[in-house]
Amino acid sequence: MSAEPVVKPLPGPSDWTFELIHDYHQAIRATAEGYKLDTYPNQLEIITAEQMMDAYASVGMPVNYRHWSYGKEFIATEKNYRRGFMGLAYEIVINSNPCISYLMEENTMAMQALVIAHAAYGHNSFFKGNYLFRMWTDASSIIDYLVYAKNYVAACEERHGIDAVEELLDSCHALMNHGVDRYRRPGKLSLEKELARREEREAYLQQQVNDLWRTLPRRADRAGDEESVRRFPVEPQENLLYFIEKHAPLLEPWQREIVRIVRKVAQYFYPQRQTQVMNEGWATFWHYTLLNTMYDQGQLTDGIMLEWLQSHTNVVFQPPVGHRAYSGINPYALGFAMYTDLKRVCEHPTEEDRRWFPDFAGSAQGAAPGSHAWLKTLDYAMRNFKDESFVGQFLSPKVMRDFRFFAVHDDEDDPELEISAIHDESGYRALRESLSRQYDLGSREPNIQVWSVNLRGDRSLTLRHAQHNNRPLSDGTREVLKHVARLWGFAVHLESVDPQGDVRQHWTVVPAES
Amino acid sequence: MLQNIIDRRLAGKNKSIGNRERFLRRYKDQVREAVQRAINGRSIRDIEKGEDIAIPKRDLSEPVFHHGQGGIRDVVHPGNREYVKGDRIERPQGGGGQGGRGNQASDDGEGEDDFVFSLSKEEFMQVFFEDLALPNLVKTALAEVPEWKSQRAGFSSDGTPNNLHVVRSMRGALGRRIALGASARREIKELEARLAELREQAGAGDAALTRDHAQEIEAIEARLAHLYGRMRGIPYLDPIDLRYRSRIKVPVPTTKAVMFCLMDVSGSMDEQRKELSKRFFILLYLFLTRHYDKIELVFIRHHTQAQEVTEDEFFHATETGGTVVSSALVLLDEIIQARYPTSEWNLYVAQASDGDNWHHDSSRCTEILENKVLPLVRYYAYVQVAQTEQNLWDEYLGLAERHKHFAMRKVLDPSQIYPVFRELFKKEGVDA
Repeated sequence: MSAEPVVKPLPGPSDWTFELIHDYHQAIRATAEGYKLDTYPNQLEIITAEQMMDAYASVGMPVNYRHWSYGKEFIATEKNYRRGFMGLAYEIVINSNPCISYLMEENTMAMQALVIAHAAYGHNSFFKGNYLFRMWTDASSIIDYLVYAKNYVAACEERHGIDAVEELLDSCHALMNHGVDRYRRPGKLSLEKELARREEREAYLQQQVNDLWRTLPRRADRAGDEESVRRFPVEPQENLLYFIEKHAPLLEPWQREIVRIVRKVAQYFYPQRQTQVMNEGWATFWHYTLLNTMYDQGQLTDGIMLEWLQSHTNVVFQPPVGHRAYSGINPYALGFAMYTDLKRVCEHPTEEDRRWFPDFAGSAQGAAPGSHAWLKTLDYAMRNFKDESFVGQFLSPKVMRDFRFFAVHDDEDDPELEISAIHDESGYRALRESLSRQYDLGSREPNIQVWSVNLRGDRSLTLRHAQHNNRPLSDGTREVLKHVARLWGFAVHLESVDPQGDVRQHWTVVPAES
Repeated sequence: MLQNIIDRRLAGKNKSIGNRERFLRRYKDQVREAVQRAINGRSIRDIEKGEDIAIPKRDLSEPVFHHGQGGIRDVVHPGNREYVKGDRIERPQGGGGQGGRGNQASDDGEGEDDFVFSLSKEEFMQVFFEDLALPNLVKTALAEVPEWKSQRAGFSSDGTPNNLHVVRSMRGALGRRIALGASARREIKELEARLAELREQAGAGDAALTRDHAQEIEAIEARLAHLYGRMRGIPYLDPIDLRYRSRIKVPVPTTKAVMFCLMDVSGSMDEQRKELSKRFFILLYLFLTRHYDKIELVFIRHHTQAQEVTEDEFFHATETGGTVVSSALVLLDEIIQARYPTSEWNLYVAQASDGDNWHHDSSRCTEILENKVLPLVRYYAYVQVAQTEQNLWDEYLGLAERHKHFAMRKVLDPSQIYPVFRELFKKEGVDA
């Protein structure tokens, strides 16, 4: 495709037109094909700032069920935008097939080109390639599923009242982060299957729940014989929403379906939460690479280049700790630096790189200029990892030095903080390990599992929090437990257990009488 | 060829309106409180505005499980300047050592700021009406935009072709052509004169001179050709010449109305009763704004004597002493006679009182109303903001039986105000 030797640069006015977007898109697509980027078909949609705010408010999806929290989000976004406190993101991209990218009307032509390269080729190829997305989400059915969810929730509101549905959704949202099987492969979403099986499932589920509880009276006469009572669940369950959907004694079928909807939506977003650095870094790396390639071929004017480079520079800016703008590590900056460095390691490795990455350091050395031999390594890195393992595998000493990373050890029992590692020879391994753990969702979010259900007595549910590094739960815990109790219908206990197995904190919440 | 680029700009915006409604619904109490505060603080005339509502952030939180302070954390930060391994540093205040988790900081932070947002004018009025328990038909009547008619308003430089004003456009084009060609024309005139002169001299002989002149003539002719070209280049009609008839929308003019607010300000009228009265006045005012272009407000307060005052004084000054209601009615009548002839004005009176009156005065009130005021006014509404019935109430009851446009009611809560106006709204409802 990139065979044409002399190319006239694409016009570079600041206002875009449909023809120009089309032409740029064609050129970007040709360049992306030159790099063998594998993507879903693209659909570019031009939207207004207001529509962008709408999309923002419903977690970036074009349709979603209604809930007050999205209204709150919308009001906050709108207020900040109107007062000029924040700019809107230039783009939103949806992991669907075809992949939908929103281009905002206000963007200049240069920004539209940047967004197309970033979203429609960068993110898109990541969605299609990364193993987490392949495993957890089904791009072809998500929009259909959300439409179904929206209609189902609306129908429930009609039948059971807005309040009842709102309360239920509030409770489900509180557990949204605990609605995923982290270690088990889920079934993919499929609308037809969902619809076909819904009624069947509703009936079956209710029966299953009833079965579980029907054992009660028979067992009651053998009170005191604790040991012989079968333990339920047999093993601790990490997916709280799933457990509630299947086993909460008092939920009605429609309520179980809504729990399921929230759980499915949570599952859809689960890979995104685990691949921030990789995903944003990948998209940033590709808009940078594609647009630069096009410039080298003479397809872009200097004006266009300067404009998107300015924006690119802002995006990958990493303020140092202590800086006013510092709010943690910028995933765009880290991801972009890591992919760029990977490419460098393939092409121009140093002695250090050869020691650290013997598998692929120098793998692209001496390859023909147009062959992009480094693609193999980057493609492998993009497909088979999540943030945690990506950092663990590919963070090079050079990137650590460039970012001037240092690790701080904060022990509650120690009045002072300790610098446990810095970017030097003795610290690289520890730094990399520490940063990798930082991206592990398991250590970022409390590990809370269903421990047991009192089948014979008061039907109470016991959850267990396994403390990580002695870190306790926050003050809001009781509020969340109220939601759990509302869903469960009976008392809920939560024990926070330290690594030695001692219970350190304990909460009990009884559902409010309604 | 553009099949993969879709223009969604015209597709529905305001997709979030349903979510916004749910949000307002959830925080109804806070919203209502804020609206009430705003009504008490505002002047009757600017009741129809939006309002900023503040809700404490804590009330809005959506709880999720997360880690609290304490335990052991290892966090990686960028931008190391002076640290080496093993350095010990003081723990920053407020848990600043854990910047790596941006969202936690904001989730944990307890209600630093309120969540502030603006209620639109429509939403504000909706809440206000709900408080007053207005029937739906009336709500629509009050919320409805007045009728508009379109009216000529000179000319404008943009518009649709059917509004093109040819004469104006051509006049503009002519002016522009004259203005743009002025300097060229002047020069042409001078050059032509010079050319004629030269030609004349050329006829006179003298070879050397003729040669010189021939050169000059050539130069002038070239210049003239250029200038004529420029003249021809001035467009006959340019887009900037076009003028269109402009039409603007103006509210359908209706006649003028004056609204008299009468209130007892004697010692027994406390703040709460005044606020209740204020809502009563507001409702009448709103009704009038839907039907009249120009509304004047007259505030008359009274205790033993009546006085015409500004709105601010009306609501915020307290007097002590007894009550003589007729004093206000006399003043009312005087003002009507002096300033508001019924041929030009529609008169509306709203009177609020706690029912206290000097007992010999009540019959005098009936007399003034019956003979002087009621024949002149379109509607007279009276509310008593206290429970006890006294002789004024009894006297007025008699009036209400005899006069259909005299309405009265005891009001102890905002939701009881509306029925006073029932007749008024009913009549208008039928008309509309």
